[in-house]
Amino acid sequence: MGIENLVLGFHIAITPYNLFVAVVGITLGTIIGVLPGLGGANGVAILLPLTFTMPPTSAIILLTSLYWGALFGGAITSILFNIPGEPWSVATTFDGYPLARQGKGGQALTAAFTSSFVGAFFSIVLITFFAPVLAEIALKFGPPEFFAIQLLTFSSFIGLGGGNPLKSLVSILLGFILAAVGLDIVTGQLRMTFGFIDLMKGFDFIVAVIGLFGIGEILLSVEEGLSFRSVPTGMNLRVVLDTWKILPRYARTFVRGAFIGFWMGFKPGGATPASFMSYAFAKRFSKHPERFGKGELEGVVAPETAAHAAGVAAMLPMITLGIPGSPTAAVMMGGLIIWGLQPGPLLFKEQPEFVWGLIASMYTGNIIGVLMVLAFVPLFAAILRIPFAILTPVIVVVCAVGSYAVHNSMIDIWYMVIFGLVGYVFKKLDYPLAPFVLALVLGDLAENALRQSLIMSQGSLLIFVTRPIAGAITTVALLFFALPVLTPWWRRMRGTAPAAPRGA
Amino acid sequence: MRAADLVTASFLMLLGGVVVFDAVRIGIGWGTDGPKSGFFPFWLGVLMIAACAVILIQAARRTRGKAFVTRRQLGPVLKVFCPAVALVIATQWLGLYVAAALYTGFYMRWIGRHSWLAVLAVAILFPLATFFTFEKWFLVPMPKGPLEAWLGQ
Repeated sequence: MGIENLVLGFHIAITPYNLFVAVVGITLGTIIGVLPGLGGANGVAILLPLTFTMPPTSAIILLTSLYWGALFGGAITSILFNIPGEPWSVATTFDGYPLARQGKGGQALTAAFTSSFVGAFFSIVLITFFAPVLAEIALKFGPPEFFAIQLLTFSSFIGLGGGNPLKSLVSILLGFILAAVGLDIVTGQLRMTFGFIDLMKGFDFIVAVIGLFGIGEILLSVEEGLSFRSVPTGMNLRVVLDTWKILPRYARTFVRGAFIGFWMGFKPGGATPASFMSYAFAKRFSKHPERFGKGELEGVVAPETAAHAAGVAAMLPMITLGIPGSPTAAVMMGGLIIWGLQPGPLLFKEQPEFVWGLIASMYTGNIIGVLMVLAFVPLFAAILRIPFAILTPVIVVVCAVGSYAVHNSMIDIWYMVIFGLVGYVFKKLDYPLAPFVLALVLGDLAENALRQSLIMSQGSLLIFVTRPIAGAITTVALLFFALPVLTPWWRRMRGTAPAAPRGA
Repeated sequence: MRAADLVTASFLMLLGGVVVFDAVRIGIGWGTDGPKSGFFPFWLGVLMIAACAVILIQAARRTRGKAFVTRRQLGPVLKVFCPAVALVIATQWLGLYVAAALYTGFYMRWIGRHSWLAVLAVAILFPLATFFTFEKWFLVPMPKGPLEAWLGQ
């Protein structure tokens, strides 16, 4: 059954128009990934208004291709410029930049792109088989189960996100609060508008994403001066082929990274810990751990494989449960709603062409993507040689255009500026942005699931514990919530020092 | 960092208070058909106040660390932020395209010290390209001002 559907999907994904869309998406995505201040999430957000007139399947192919491109582009800046475009590229800089400084930039880039491709491909194959099964199960879910999954989503940010768990909690709460501003669709009552007409519409998360990740990121990246230093790419066909001959040696690292990535990735916020974990494991099992950090190729392979496996895996909960695993997936889900599709398990029943076209396009998009970046790396890297004084105004204007286009409203550009400032302050004070965005997206859904559950149980919270599936998920969620409290206690019980040595 | 942490947490705590206040106004209990509108925001606000209180205590106990932003860092940040705000204000009066042209030109000349020729080329071509991409190709309208009205767009 799965294979037939996939064939159907390929029929849709490899029409000339959709292949063209994928190439455009990857090109734009790689540019966006290379540019400071424009990452996957806000790149997708800015282009979203352009897809309103497209058929939904082509639109999602454009946006996902953009995402793959941005992931590849992130590796370019990490290796050549020592600037991690996204948090999950940080581990790539550890060995990628030293390699580039030794004149082995071409090798490092080839290894990074190939690893990204392998990691992504692994996750896509797993999605192909798991997504229909998961959707089938999710069809039986009621409001309590969905609310339990939401709890699990947010608890994993608190329990596994690292950093200060209270600040993660505050980010989540702020997202939910902003989502609640405006008209309450259940009762028709206005909430937290305080008489301002502009507040009635509430806050659009797309604008929030553009401000937080776009403007906020630029403000952060200029702190250390207004220029970028680059290292030559040193990329040609010979280097690519020679590197490919070496890479099979790291087969174990590939497999380990892909598994870590997928496992961490379908839970929200998993890509960054996955890349660090994979790096730490590779170092731990290496025969030459002392070479790590000084330009070891395996140190590029490990985090890139895991980060991309995780990045792709984040799509799984979005298409099956309607719960995005990352800010980028959240923006795409927003797109689905605008195109008139209901994200969630019903998608597999009602829109098989869309879902399978999307899954098939993940295969084609990644194949086209890896070939394109391998071929055109010098061109993409040249983007950062454009003077800063031209790049910055262009990026800011593009962000403003994207914010305005969502609702054709001027107030959204102001919100973008405010969110930019919030993003800058939050980033500096270690309030995580990803849970904030997810909460803003999921706010209404979570509240409705909670209300409906409470109506079912006539006000008793026990409904989340007594229903078997909801109960199991809630238990895990509560465990995650308790993790920041339990971990130090557990360490003290075992008599180990609270400040454990860091893996990386 | 400590001062910034205290200010941010206090501000968020205040916000939590506002949320609770509004929630209580519209009702936090059980209505005729389920929880009232204020039910969910009320608990969000309460949790917010509690979490921020703990963050405040944590931050207050800490000794002063490194500064939130040094004087050397603040310069470049303001040089990006202030013109961006000016762009938004100008967009309101002049429309996006004219504002973008002025903003790009000003920025290139002021920060980049590019030649007038380069400034003029980018400041005219970039808004034009944006205009054709959005208005003509993808049919997404942008805010317009007196210049576009005069040109009959």
